[in-house]
Amino acid sequence: MAARTGSISRRAFPPNWAARAAWLVFFVYLAYAASRLELTPARFMAGLEHGGKFLSRLFPPDFHRRELLLKGMVESLQIAVLASALGVLISAPLALAAARNLMPAWASWPARAVMVLCRTFHPVIVAILFVKAVGFGALAGILALTVASVGFLGKLMTEAIEEISLKQVEAVRATGAPFMSVVSHAVVPQVFSRFVGFVSYETDANLRNSTMVGIVGAGGIGGTLFAAFQRFDYDFVCAIVLTIIALIMAGEVLTLRIKKAFRV
Amino acid sequence: MRTWERFTLAERMARFTVYLGVVAAIAASLQSVEVIPEFIADAPEQVADMLRRMWPVAWGFYPEGVHEPLMDSLHIASLGTVLAVVMAVPVAFLAARNVTPFAWLNYLAKVILVSARSVNTLIWALLFVAVFGPGALAGTLAIAFHSIGFTGKLLGEALEEANRGSIEALQASGAPWLSVALKGYWPQVRPAFWGIVLFRWDINVRESAVLGFVGAGGVGMALDTALNLFQWERAATILAAIFVVVLVAEVATTQLRKRIL
Amino acid sequence: MLAIRGLRKEYVPGQPVLQGIDLEFAARGITAVIGPSGTGKSTLIRCINRLVEPTSGQVIFEGRDLVALNRAELRAARRRIGMVFQEYNLVERLTVMENLLCGRLGYVSPFKAWLRRYPQRDVERAFDLLETVGLAAHAQTRADALSGGQRQRVGIARAMMQEPRLLLADEPTSSLDPKTSVEIMTLMQTLSGMHAFPVIINIHNVELARRFAGRIIGMTGGRVVFDGSPEAITDEHLKSIYGGEDWLH
Repeated sequence: MAARTGSISRRAFPPNWAARAAWLVFFVYLAYAASRLELTPARFMAGLEHGGKFLSRLFPPDFHRRELLLKGMVESLQIAVLASALGVLISAPLALAAARNLMPAWASWPARAVMVLCRTFHPVIVAILFVKAVGFGALAGILALTVASVGFLGKLMTEAIEEISLKQVEAVRATGAPFMSVVSHAVVPQVFSRFVGFVSYETDANLRNSTMVGIVGAGGIGGTLFAAFQRFDYDFVCAIVLTIIALIMAGEVLTLRIKKAFRV
Repeated sequence: MRTWERFTLAERMARFTVYLGVVAAIAASLQSVEVIPEFIADAPEQVADMLRRMWPVAWGFYPEGVHEPLMDSLHIASLGTVLAVVMAVPVAFLAARNVTPFAWLNYLAKVILVSARSVNTLIWALLFVAVFGPGALAGTLAIAFHSIGFTGKLLGEALEEANRGSIEALQASGAPWLSVALKGYWPQVRPAFWGIVLFRWDINVRESAVLGFVGAGGVGMALDTALNLFQWERAATILAAIFVVVLVAEVATTQLRKRIL
Repeated sequence: MLAIRGLRKEYVPGQPVLQGIDLEFAARGITAVIGPSGTGKSTLIRCINRLVEPTSGQVIFEGRDLVALNRAELRAARRRIGMVFQEYNLVERLTVMENLLCGRLGYVSPFKAWLRRYPQRDVERAFDLLETVGLAAHAQTRADALSGGQRQRVGIARAMMQEPRLLLADEPTSSLDPKTSVEIMTLMQTLSGMHAFPVIINIHNVELARRFAGRIIGMTGGRVVFDGSPEAITDEHLKSIYGGEDWLH
């Protein structure tokens, strides 16, 4: 190899100034945000010490109030199941209406607007509003999670419908089939397995959310949890949290099985 | 006689079981849930009444009572997401079967991820408020710990789909494990990584708005106060502000994702 | 230089893919390993740098048995063994230059590698190697924007960046068209001539093997059945290695 004396050393990696600028802005923002929120290491350390004591109060979990725990979990399950069922019932036709490749604009735009609105607010906010409107209890929870489901499922389903191959739709239409037959024979087969995936994901999400809406009075185990917190009954809190984790893990396993049955 | 069947017997049985299970679950829930029928009938009227009370919207309330807590919620969402990502990356590497060949480590990592996402942000917030006191610190940590679950899971799946060939080449050249991760796995998962981060940030912006209901900082506290004092017009202002922020966040993430992919 | 003694490999117990291989390699020259698919050629190559773990036997490289090394020692040994792959195995998203410098990862700490602070000497060597393989204009091109032949040249350059004492190649031309295959083999022949290290190539194209290798090893059924110069290999030998006659003419 020839000696390279006197030449400028060559650079392997030309500097990317845009990326460097972006990272700089990013770190400056982090520092700014942390200071706005008063997140100081001192507070964190103080909290850690407290946290140690807190952890010891959590364990061992107290399962003595079994009936209360069970009642709350069952109610959460009911809320999740009914909200998912209602959600599917409403979002399926809504998603069909919102599909821009199948429907005219006067049908698709309002349908999309409804779905966006349903999706915007966190289920807890929607739950609070329903509690204020229809009172405490499971009804508020069911309605709130139905709204959330419609927003979420609707969006996913619409995207799936808009991605189908229109050739199949055209072929069925050419046989002179009525609209619903076109839907059932050309649209549904293409999207069904994805739908099963979406519905199982959404049911899973509803199960998670149903454990939470009780905190604001919309029924389910969340209320039991919140009450236990306010009583400083931390052993019971631990029991409830562990049960929630177990329930959701079971839910995930179940949805996996269901997906397999439908060859998703 | 030759027949045609769309599904085999086993598949039909499996599908039937699922349908049966779904119908049974719905029926059982309908029967036993404690909902008074009169309330259901009354519901539309009540909702309409509440909406009426929110009008006219108290726009003037925004600068004094809404802007700062709203910005706090945004900061909580952003810092929480960053923290979650930092914590999730090592766990994701542990959970990916092709990266970490020790089954018990994979299992442990997956358990951590499932537990993190099974506990709602709000419940995490309750726990952290009990430890750190009310305020944004509890909220940020709640967002962070809940987000690890999904971020780690999606990142782990992206790692498992990485192409093995280039990894093999780096290992064959005697590179240490960390370098193999950096130069072999990371370039392959980078687009997926940014997509996951943006997606999670978008969701966290929504989540951070409600943390205030349990005292963990942000605009939720303002909303809680307004609702408890039956100040419907102010509540409407806050809801509108949240709506705008969520919309902006969603548009921003959609645009950024187009750039990456 | 490199000695293989009694190498056995069983993926499934009782069904050995390599049935006791004994080979010695001199300090320079190209050796081609030929044989039908599934006969263990790829396994043999991969057992040398332990990408596949041998079931038993010894691989003695520079006086040390590679099979007996622990992980840290194995990594150090692998730094001196370069490998070229059938599917190139480049990091697609990285540039050619970055792929080349990956060849030095065994010599550079992960921290420095992350910061991309490679010694200037390595950077200079990378640029020089790019000129040698004819890709000087593509230093900043992403690897997935290159053709197959170009990618394989990057792969070879990356292996050369390790300053290897042994070069292994696992079917380096199987994914390339005939003309490009000859170019790649010529490149490896040139490099082998310039440096004093043995090159072991696993190849299924007998013509290429005859043309470029100084020594041919024929394997069948997990055993070595021929070991000699390209001139010495006859149709009879090829029949016993591959079986069948139709493909010979």
